[in-house]
Amino acid sequence: MNPTVLAQLKIEKPGGSGSCVADNGFCPEWIAENLDRYWTPLLEHVFLTVVPVAIGFVIALALAVLAHRRRWLTGPIVTVTGIFFAIPSVAAFFLLQPLTGLGYTTAMVALVSYTLLIIFRNITNGLRNVPAETRDAAIGQGLTDRQLLTRVELPMAVPEIMAGLRIATSTTVGLAALAVFAGAGGLGSEILTDERFKSNVVVAGGLAVLLAAVLDLALLGVQRVLTPWQRARA
Amino acid sequence: MTSVSRSILAALAALCLALGLAACGSDDEGPSGDAASTPAASAPEESKVIKSDPANAGKGTITVGSKNFTEQYILGELYAQTLEAQGYKIRRRLNLGSEQVAFKALRGGDIDAYPEYTGTALTSFFEVKTKDVPPDADAAYELAKEKYEEVGITALARTPFENTFIIASTTETAEAAGNPKTVSELFAKDPNLSISGFPECRQRQDCLLGLRDIYGYKGKFVSSEGKFSDLDGDESKLTLAFSTDPQLALDKYAAYEDDKKFFPPYNITLGLKDETVEKLGPETIKTLERVQAGLTEEAMRELNRRVELEKQKPKAVAKAYLSESGFIE
Amino acid sequence: MSTTVAILGDFGEGIEFLFKERESVSGGVQIGGPAEMAAFCATHMIVSVAAIVIAAALAIPLSLWLGHIGRGDFLATATSNVGRAVPSLALLAFFISFIGLGYTNVISVLVLLAIPPLITSTYVGMRQVDRDTVDAARGQGMTGWEIVRVVELPLALPTIFGGLRIAAVTVVATATIAPLANVQTLGEPILTPQTYGIVGQIGASILVATITLLIDFLFARLQRAVTPTGLKLAGEAPAKGPRFSLPTRRRLGST
Repeated sequence: MNPTVLAQLKIEKPGGSGSCVADNGFCPEWIAENLDRYWTPLLEHVFLTVVPVAIGFVIALALAVLAHRRRWLTGPIVTVTGIFFAIPSVAAFFLLQPLTGLGYTTAMVALVSYTLLIIFRNITNGLRNVPAETRDAAIGQGLTDRQLLTRVELPMAVPEIMAGLRIATSTTVGLAALAVFAGAGGLGSEILTDERFKSNVVVAGGLAVLLAAVLDLALLGVQRVLTPWQRARA
Repeated sequence: MTSVSRSILAALAALCLALGLAACGSDDEGPSGDAASTPAASAPEESKVIKSDPANAGKGTITVGSKNFTEQYILGELYAQTLEAQGYKIRRRLNLGSEQVAFKALRGGDIDAYPEYTGTALTSFFEVKTKDVPPDADAAYELAKEKYEEVGITALARTPFENTFIIASTTETAEAAGNPKTVSELFAKDPNLSISGFPECRQRQDCLLGLRDIYGYKGKFVSSEGKFSDLDGDESKLTLAFSTDPQLALDKYAAYEDDKKFFPPYNITLGLKDETVEKLGPETIKTLERVQAGLTEEAMRELNRRVELEKQKPKAVAKAYLSESGFIE
Repeated sequence: MSTTVAILGDFGEGIEFLFKERESVSGGVQIGGPAEMAAFCATHMIVSVAAIVIAAALAIPLSLWLGHIGRGDFLATATSNVGRAVPSLALLAFFISFIGLGYTNVISVLVLLAIPPLITSTYVGMRQVDRDTVDAARGQGMTGWEIVRVVELPLALPTIFGGLRIAAVTVVATATIAPLANVQTLGEPILTPQTYGIVGQIGASILVATITLLIDFLFARLQRAVTPTGLKLAGEAPAKGPRFSLPTRRRLGST
């Protein structure tokens, strides 16, 4: 084999500092060119937000319906979900480690548990704030308990429920950034790949905030669709 | 409130618009993309290009792993793409974390291969004390290979480059200390300069604790992944850099020789379970070793430079190495 | 102790890590044990307390006044929405890349995270005070400041403490990632598994979770303690968790 002329890796002398990117600065050109590298992390982040909130909603709804008829359950449920709420998510990831290892499952379980208190409280408040007159009128019309719940109480509780979902969603977007410590991906993982590079941090963080705004607006839209008779409240 | 969400959206829409305009105005830069970079290979080069073997696709998916910093990402991609060029089906797990996690994954079968440093393997897995590691690169590799064999792992031939720790500072700091050339000279002049290093260094005998013992270092430790950013931002006067860091070639930084040979050799060796080696076959192994033979310290520093200073993605950089070196088309 | 360890497996090992020193994963140095944990704990508490105090000093007086004059609707909603959505990790990384490492960075981040719940809860608390009571006080000739001090503030205290509770829990929880900025709080074992191992990570997590729960409990008690007896009797005792909704017109027939 001829050793003198071989295809070789081209070596460049670094151009000294002055290049925006080499100095870890905020570089709009680089951002514009490299926006596509944030696509997968963004999708992961959406996944890490929407799924836990959805699951949390289902669980919290079941709990709220249970506690609606058996008021004494409210206290214990609030206590337990309150504990989940108070435990920092990073700690939760590792407390779950012996059970679920490291990865998306662990992240999901922790994120779901965090949403429970918020959503449960809002559904419960919404149900309890249905005016007594309305309830009496419905019962007077011969509605069963279940019909009362599904046709009167829940629909009237929608604004409060949606408010809870919106709070839970914004909070989960923020927490999902920490999922990287549980071994999952998301925008937090992207931040940590280069936490000194200003462009990276601004874009990844900015996308998270943008995601929260978009999801918030989307839920608001859903609320308007579900409650045409009420001007949606904050 | 909708108005808040709206104002956030508006601000970000404006930002996107600004970026879009900037993008329109920017030139398209690829990685050193001119054709002149590859000198026309006049020698018969067919022997160099990696050949794909259809039989390899049937051998099952090979999982290639790596630890979680720039050089590891590049190496992981490099090995993965080399195997892919030979027709293997590859799965990547390039963010395993610390060496303990990676080693566990390898032994447990979660991954089939990952590149490890000889010095790290010896001190972290096989409980060889830092001072007992042979200072010669080949001797250290042979010892690591032996130890790996005992647990059923084959360590492929070591790479030419080593990536050891090197203490660096700005040239201002060097001048203030009288431009010492070695670490001993530096600490003789001033043992109290602060040093920044990756978090685990704080509690390691082969890192900060050893520096204190062997070099008499007395300064403050700053736990940070920033390396040269820490020097720039004056978070610390010194930093624990890697010898393949591209910033070392810049004029504004100075590095000091490890005269007491405190740090062991750190050449890369790709670790694979014995069964995997059998599955891959000798041809594949030869190709892997052929590809990595081009990884000199200069080459590795260049690859790191493309990722760290030009912010390209490791996957693209690995591909560029293979194509510019003539291993793939 | 060893039977507990055996039964609880990794959890037991994690607890043992807190109480007894052991050799680090990389070898050669002793880690864990009460002394080291106490040091981490002290750092954790210092940054948390400093942040809460600073945030309270900045947010509460302003929001008290805005609540009194009724002019902070937009600010309260805006800060609460934006504040919730900003990931703590992004904020910390942002500060690292723009400001640098150390206590200033960490405390600034924690203050920024604590301010939104404080603004919102203080403002909402003040707005929720019964208007008739305030009018009566005004009719009696009390000045604005007197009304705040004597009438509105005591009635708003439960909600304000609810906000303090949220802020405290958020701050203590976020201080866990402070090691990224060279401040070694209780998150240090969690973020450096090479030294502390999974056992250290679990042990530190247990400690962080316990401390946060204690603080949550403490503030819940404080919240109950500042609820005026009259409110308690009227059934408006503070809810056990966060409840931020801007005041709506009184709902029909609600308690």
